Amino acid sequence: MRLRGRQIDCVRGGRAVFSGLDFEASSSHALAVIGPNGSGKTSLLRLIAGLLVPAGGSVALEGGADELTLPEQAHYLGHRDALKPALSVLENLSFWRDFLGGDASDPNESLAKVGLAHATHLPAAYLSAGQRRRLSIARLLAVRRPVWLLDEPTSALDAAGQDLFAGLMQGHLARGGIIVAATHAPLGIEADELRMGGGK
Amino acid sequence: MTALAALIRRDIRIALRVGGGALIGVLFFLTVTVLMPFALGPDLALLTRLGPSILWLGALLASLLTLDRLFTSDHEDGSLDLIVMGRTPLELACAAKALAHWLAAGLPLILATPVLGLMLNLDATATSAVALTLLVGTPALTFIGMIGAALAVTLHRGGLLLAVLVLPLSIPVLIFGVAASQAAISGPLPFGTPFSILCAISLVSFVIGPFAAAASLRHGLD
Amino acid sequence: MTLIDLANPTKFLSLTGRILPWLAGVTAILLTIGLYQAAMAPDDYQQGATVKIMFIHVPNAWLSMFVWGVMSLAALGTLVWRHPLADVAAKAAAPIGAAFTFLALVTGSLWGRPMWGTYWQWDARLTSVLILFLMYLGLIALWRAVDDPSRAARAAAILTLVGALNLPIIKFSVDWWNTLHQPASVLRMGGSTLDRAFLIPLLVMAVGFSLLFVTLHLAAMRNEILRRRVRSLQIMQASQQAA
Repeated sequence: MRLRGRQIDCVRGGRAVFSGLDFEASSSHALAVIGPNGSGKTSLLRLIAGLLVPAGGSVALEGGADELTLPEQAHYLGHRDALKPALSVLENLSFWRDFLGGDASDPNESLAKVGLAHATHLPAAYLSAGQRRRLSIARLLAVRRPVWLLDEPTSALDAAGQDLFAGLMQGHLARGGIIVAATHAPLGIEADELRMGGGK
Repeated sequence: MTALAALIRRDIRIALRVGGGALIGVLFFLTVTVLMPFALGPDLALLTRLGPSILWLGALLASLLTLDRLFTSDHEDGSLDLIVMGRTPLELACAAKALAHWLAAGLPLILATPVLGLMLNLDATATSAVALTLLVGTPALTFIGMIGAALAVTLHRGGLLLAVLVLPLSIPVLIFGVAASQAAISGPLPFGTPFSILCAISLVSFVIGPFAAAASLRHGLD
Repeated sequence: MTLIDLANPTKFLSLTGRILPWLAGVTAILLTIGLYQAAMAPDDYQQGATVKIMFIHVPNAWLSMFVWGVMSLAALGTLVWRHPLADVAAKAAAPIGAAFTFLALVTGSLWGRPMWGTYWQWDARLTSVLILFLMYLGLIALWRAVDDPSRAARAAAILTLVGALNLPIIKFSVDWWNTLHQPASVLRMGGSTLDRAFLIPLLVMAVGFSLLFVTLHLAAMRNEILRRRVRSLQIMQASQQAA
């Protein structure tokens, strides 16, 4: 499997964020997108996730499932945690598992893996920022999708959480997954680098 | 189907829990209806004559004003991004959200109608005619209002702007809803004629609403 | 036992736990006596047996306003003295007050049915009670809108006090609106010239219903205190890191 972007132009609000961008990430490899603020890291991830339309160029997943589009095979972990405070931790995760569909696993198991087994029946409103992030990460485990698009995944995580997440990313790569992560901090795993904003 | 059922279940749960606004709509309906006699006077004969119109206006405002947060809350917490990336077509997801909203906020309005009918001195026939037309008409209001709710995401604005955008679109529903109720009460038109048109408007809105909302949401994401 | 001691929720729980069964017992006895006397009371020469609805209606109508008064005191407690039990008391009272107001409305309209020929007439008293009912519902909606009870308490306290100040104005306006449109109400509820045969059961019922309110209110306050404890325990549980 190979995720490939060719000659991507991104224009937002009349401003060219980046242009002519090429990148490539293949199975079992992680790509760390680095660069200063405003260089378009988040835009690139949202573009791959199908949430933004590129002004030019294309992104494609070669060797993925034929009947599915790229966004349907990708997980997007953004700044916002996509949690409903009124629902319990388990209800939040079960909803995303049922809604995203596909190759799903037991949500209780995923919660245990991110260290939230003790809180499954508590309202998500009671969680701290770090715990909310852990719950979002559990979503990546509850539904298996080959491409992980991570935007500052380790923000709000403590040292133990970062180690835990590095382990989960290793596991994903070991199963042949692809990770594209926008980050300022080291990811804790081996990754190729894509520098943004320097050339222009 | 599991995906849509999960979405409906989640939205209804949120609406019924603490902080959800399912019953605010009924309360609004109740308050608006109770306000009318203060403006019109307590003459029961007059209220009986105007009853169906009062109930329809109240239900119209109540069902549109509660739509404000249909998509914005999902947009603010990032859920909308993931809904767009799901394997379910966005149009169906929009329809599911509208259906959930109608079940949580629209259906209670119809259940409250008999009580309010009593206060406006409507007899059993009139009350059931209004309740029946509301049962058919309020889904249309929700599905039309959903377009405005989706535009609110694109425009980063909600509230009154939404009402200004959507209220004109809901005029046909109001016309035929009230006409059908009046026809059942006093004639001279047969009830079936305006009622069938009301049903037709609802069916059309089930198609137009989700497509327009989904198109608006796709452009609204950034 | 002083007010300071009662401010401690634990002491409040143990004290009310001992009082509640007695209170419930006395309430039941009073209501039984009151209902029996009401049933035995003679029929009115004009209204016949329907006058007996009065024995339920008047205490409910009286309590609907009394409970708002209790909530206003509690609201002062929240805003001025920051008494820890004040917002618990205010929150617990709202649904009970709404229930009494609702019963006053239902019994009022049942009473009006043989007089007016309809269940509802925009009579000045009934209409005022209806507005009070809407205000109760609004207050409950406000309590339910915010998850954190201490944040909701401030807003609810302000709304309760504004409501208390507004109630006389609303009452006056409704009276004025009503007399503008129609002659004085057909139905005179509870005039001052009540016969002793009516007055005594009515008083017994009024005291019985007031005790019913106190009983329900204390029980609801206990529930609310326990609910808040569950909530803080859950927050503590959430903050524990998994081993």
